[in-house]
Amino acid sequence: MSLLEEYSSKYMFKWHNIPYMKLSGLEPLIFTPDTNFVNVGERTNVTGSKKFLRLIKEENFEEAIDIAREQVEGGAQIIDINMDEGMLDGEKAMVRFLNLIAAEPDISRVPVMIDSSKWSIIEAGLKCIQGKGVVNSISLKEGEEVFIYQAKKIKLYGASVIVMAFDEKGQADSYERRVEICKRSYDILVDKVNFPAQDIIFDPNVFPVGTGMEEHKNNAVDFFKATRWIRENLPGAHVSGGVSNVSFSFRGNNSVREAMHSAFLFHAINEGMDMGIVNPTMLEVYDDIPKELLDKVEDVLLNRKNNATEELLEYASQVSFENKKGNEKVLKWRDKVVEERLEYALIKGITEYIEDDVEEVRKLVNRPIEVIEGPLMNGMNTVGDLFGEGKMFLPQVVKSARVMKKAVAYLTPFIEAEKTVKHTKGKILLATVKGDVHDIGKNIVGVVLGCNNYEIIDLGVMVPAYKIIEEAKKNKVDIIGLSGLITPSLDEMIDVAKEMEKNEIRVPLLIGGATTSRVHTAVKIEQVLPSSQAIHVLDASRSVTVAGSLLGKGKEDFLAKTKSEYQTLRDYHAKKKDQKSFLTIDQARKNKFQINWTKYNPTKPRKMGSHVWYDLPLEKIVPYIDWTPFFQTWELYGRFPKILNDEIVGLEAQKLYDDAQKVLSKVIEENIIQVDVVYGFWQAFSDQNDDIHLINEKGEVIAKSHTLRQQTSKSAKAKNMALSDFIRPKSDEATDYLGAFVVSAGKNVADIAKQYEEDLDDYSSIMIKAIADRIAEAATEYLHEKVRKEFWGYASNESFNNEELIREKYSGIRPAPGYPACPDHTEKKTIFKLLNAEENIGVTLTESLAMFPASSVSGWYFAHPDAKYFGLGKIKKDQVNDLAKRKAVDESVMLKWLAPNLDD
Amino acid sequence: MKRIQEVIKERILVLDGAMGTMIQRHDLQEADFRKNWFENHQSSLKGNNDLLSLTRPDIIESIHRAYFDAGADIVETNTFSGTSIAQADYNLEKYAYEINFHGAQIAKKVAEEFTKKNPTKPRFVAGSMGPTNRTASISPDVNDPGFRNINFDQLVEAYKEQVKGLIDGGVDILLVETVFDTLNAKAALFAIEQSFIEMEIRVPIMVSGTITDASGRTLTGQTTEAFLISISHLPLLSVGLNCALGAKDMQPYIKTLANKSTFYISAFPNAGLPNEFGTYDETPSIMCEQLEKFLNDGLINIIGGCCGTTPEHIHAISKLASNYKPRAIDLT
Repeated sequence: MSLLEEYSSKYMFKWHNIPYMKLSGLEPLIFTPDTNFVNVGERTNVTGSKKFLRLIKEENFEEAIDIAREQVEGGAQIIDINMDEGMLDGEKAMVRFLNLIAAEPDISRVPVMIDSSKWSIIEAGLKCIQGKGVVNSISLKEGEEVFIYQAKKIKLYGASVIVMAFDEKGQADSYERRVEICKRSYDILVDKVNFPAQDIIFDPNVFPVGTGMEEHKNNAVDFFKATRWIRENLPGAHVSGGVSNVSFSFRGNNSVREAMHSAFLFHAINEGMDMGIVNPTMLEVYDDIPKELLDKVEDVLLNRKNNATEELLEYASQVSFENKKGNEKVLKWRDKVVEERLEYALIKGITEYIEDDVEEVRKLVNRPIEVIEGPLMNGMNTVGDLFGEGKMFLPQVVKSARVMKKAVAYLTPFIEAEKTVKHTKGKILLATVKGDVHDIGKNIVGVVLGCNNYEIIDLGVMVPAYKIIEEAKKNKVDIIGLSGLITPSLDEMIDVAKEMEKNEIRVPLLIGGATTSRVHTAVKIEQVLPSSQAIHVLDASRSVTVAGSLLGKGKEDFLAKTKSEYQTLRDYHAKKKDQKSFLTIDQARKNKFQINWTKYNPTKPRKMGSHVWYDLPLEKIVPYIDWTPFFQTWELYGRFPKILNDEIVGLEAQKLYDDAQKVLSKVIEENIIQVDVVYGFWQAFSDQNDDIHLINEKGEVIAKSHTLRQQTSKSAKAKNMALSDFIRPKSDEATDYLGAFVVSAGKNVADIAKQYEEDLDDYSSIMIKAIADRIAEAATEYLHEKVRKEFWGYASNESFNNEELIREKYSGIRPAPGYPACPDHTEKKTIFKLLNAEENIGVTLTESLAMFPASSVSGWYFAHPDAKYFGLGKIKKDQVNDLAKRKAVDESVMLKWLAPNLDD
Repeated sequence: MKRIQEVIKERILVLDGAMGTMIQRHDLQEADFRKNWFENHQSSLKGNNDLLSLTRPDIIESIHRAYFDAGADIVETNTFSGTSIAQADYNLEKYAYEINFHGAQIAKKVAEEFTKKNPTKPRFVAGSMGPTNRTASISPDVNDPGFRNINFDQLVEAYKEQVKGLIDGGVDILLVETVFDTLNAKAALFAIEQSFIEMEIRVPIMVSGTITDASGRTLTGQTTEAFLISISHLPLLSVGLNCALGAKDMQPYIKTLANKSTFYISAFPNAGLPNEFGTYDETPSIMCEQLEKFLNDGLINIIGGCCGTTPEHIHAISKLASNYKPRAIDLT
């Protein structure tokens, strides 16, 4: 039987006038009409196998080759090789691995599939294989020209090609789009490139089913239909797919996944898929799948029933928790009336029964929208009230929002079927500004506002001003909210305000994020936005009140009040500025911090030069976590661990902490977060101009760290400090040293968080990001200790507990560019260049010099016992001018970067 | 003059025999390899046969003439080691282009002479492209199987220079031969196709692999069919085998190629296997006896000889082949 009405049975190969696809390793692999299915081994893929990734990173090629061998011995007819990983030199790893397996006849007997999203890696791979392999993959994503160029090259190297159903508009996610893109790709390949039709393999995108999202329900069916269409209509072309994707939302339940893979394969092969990437250990024999499970799995795969996913989950929970059976407690709250159950579920953040309950209410009311407007909004209002009263806390609200989102997602198709307009209180656009990647705070605001019935248009991170203006116009938004964490974002926000003024966008502008402030908003942003109002919002809970005031009846009063408040702030700021007195930079240098160098004998670092350390042991890092800022992220204030016993927030803090511990142990167990560092030490001396010169082994100056000096006039004994004061001036008697580091824990975090967001689980998304931030900081602390005790070794005898470490009791400091002692972000470039951070650990700098991915930390190491942290405070233009000369850049450039520190 | 693509449909074409064996007959000395070109070259050049196209063109010309006289339709240029990679052993990488250009010109001149004499039997020149002395698929270092002393890009660059010399010198065909590492051959094909595009000219391409022994595999481990699949991405005039084996041992693999390929089929076996003195013993009549089996089975379109074969062999083969019909390409 076929799934498609037009076809009554299994696909039969029908293109008898076209040659067969022939591949080769040391031996041939020919796709004949009798080829049912060719199995591609997937374990030699760094993106799919943690173990393989680790082995490649450790350059343990011997064991990596064993994985390839096991694949072939286990029946893989082709091996897929993928080296796409930020930390790897993908080309080098691909070449090395292919050259090595060429010497292993029991592996290289099968054809190779060169798998990469980077053309350069694909091409490097093609240059290493004597047989005819497969390129995985190319697509129309970047347009026809690139596609044609790559296809021509592949033909010239002699390989088959997998074409992804992807074009300029995006990835095909419906049957129609799959057909449209595959047809177009095929025509270009055959007509314009003269590519052999039999060497074209389509990957029509295997997407997950059972995600709970309406639009995902037909994912497998669309794939099956597209497969059939391709095989029936595109002469000679083949179809391949990555099978494990389909069961993505059933992670953790292998019995369901295995059954699903096998059922998927059964149907896909039936429709003509003749090749696929499959993990044979994650495959159940189709006929061995218990009848009931198979039925339920196929209900989901074939979208045969509306509540198929729920039924499968229900069944699966019995399957996977067999040992717990019989104990299922009947929950008391389930006895209440349905409206109360909804409210209870919202307040407690329980998603298990929400769709059933919503469905029950939906049947009781006239229009599905009433479910939202009635019980759900009532429930959320209660949540809002409790939150406002301080009886609920942010982590709970985010969980409530998750329930709400699931409920709304369930109802949306019904509502849309009715074609009614969704009523919201207003549209709010949110964005993290250009150059900034930090979005935890913005996401929290989005969730909180979203569950207060505002429609949120979230543009994500690194959003340029023009995009914000464009989207604001297009969507006719009522409020724009900007977020940013690093200081350069402050200037970006001013730019956005200017653009709003220019484009006559007369809506309130909300400003939030760690470095933002009421003063800055009043003095810098509101000034350039005279036709509208800029408002600083301290935290997420305030955003609801502020939005309510701005879009409700009291709007005028609220605006007038804010305007006058901000005027007062400006006046005060102007006065304060006049009162402060400053030294010229020359005067400040005369009052520098003096160290008696004759009494100091610098320790030579044991490991000079730069060093990379991948995959730091998480279990060693965890004890270094400072939890206090973690609670701050969730707007729970108080020092850890006292906060857990706090009278008001203690209970919620404890719950949050427990959740965090669960995520943390999962993170450690599954090695989800990977911490990589690069650090280095060099000889150094300071000069008269507050610069630190870094010297290599040959005595050449390889870099300069340009430090900034405090310029406010000080009381009698206080000094005007600069970081260069902590490094010995050039002298023949002794050499001093400076270190630097970049730590990153952010590599996989964005992807994981995104997956959670797609699953409508903002709570977990924010949680993983917050934890990654903590791990990055903890790793920095851990590394610093290693540096003091071993790598540099100037304090090999120290011994502090974590609390003492947090309080920075140790000797030496690690100031980070962008922070109070050295607010000049451009110094990050020096560190990144010295340590080759991008190549070594894949951390880059955005145009605003934020580190990407987030959850990264960089800084300098100073060893002198008198070195201490200080705040630079405000500086004058003369120092900026002096600095610009030292750095050999235009003064206007430095004025821009140091604007937040400039006293003008 | 008829194009080779037409002639090959009509009859079995005969390629020449060994170049090296013929050069050995002249008992050349170091001075012969230097004459007029490399008088003051630092290192010894004796044995670098490709240089003779420059220093003793008279000898090369006479060998081509001998093979045409014997009935060959195609002669190979004296450029088997004419890449900068192979010439680097003699510090003569800079002369790669010259070797190919002159090698092609000498052969072309003789071919034109013969065609003029008898236009019904047009003669062709195949530019010989050997495998170089390095392998892109095998490490020369037993302790590091991942190491390579040559890569694809370097091969492409060297082969492009060779192709340019050969085409500028006037060859009718390019012959990628004695393929023991398919990756080297793929680089040669890549270079050929790129040169065609750059030079805006196309000539037919022949590929001839080498099956090393009774395992039926190339030196780098591919079976005959895998080898065929790996080089079939360009439209070839012919695919076949040469060297390493005598006619008898080569037959099963030629059969495989004939069964699996839609290209014309070529076979240039050695005159048997080398004896303990490194020379070849099979006489023309013994060799023809073996070859007759190929021909009886209708496997062949181009036939010739490799190591140890001489104008006498080619004369016998030519006579034999004229009695048989060429293999018809089965396009179904």
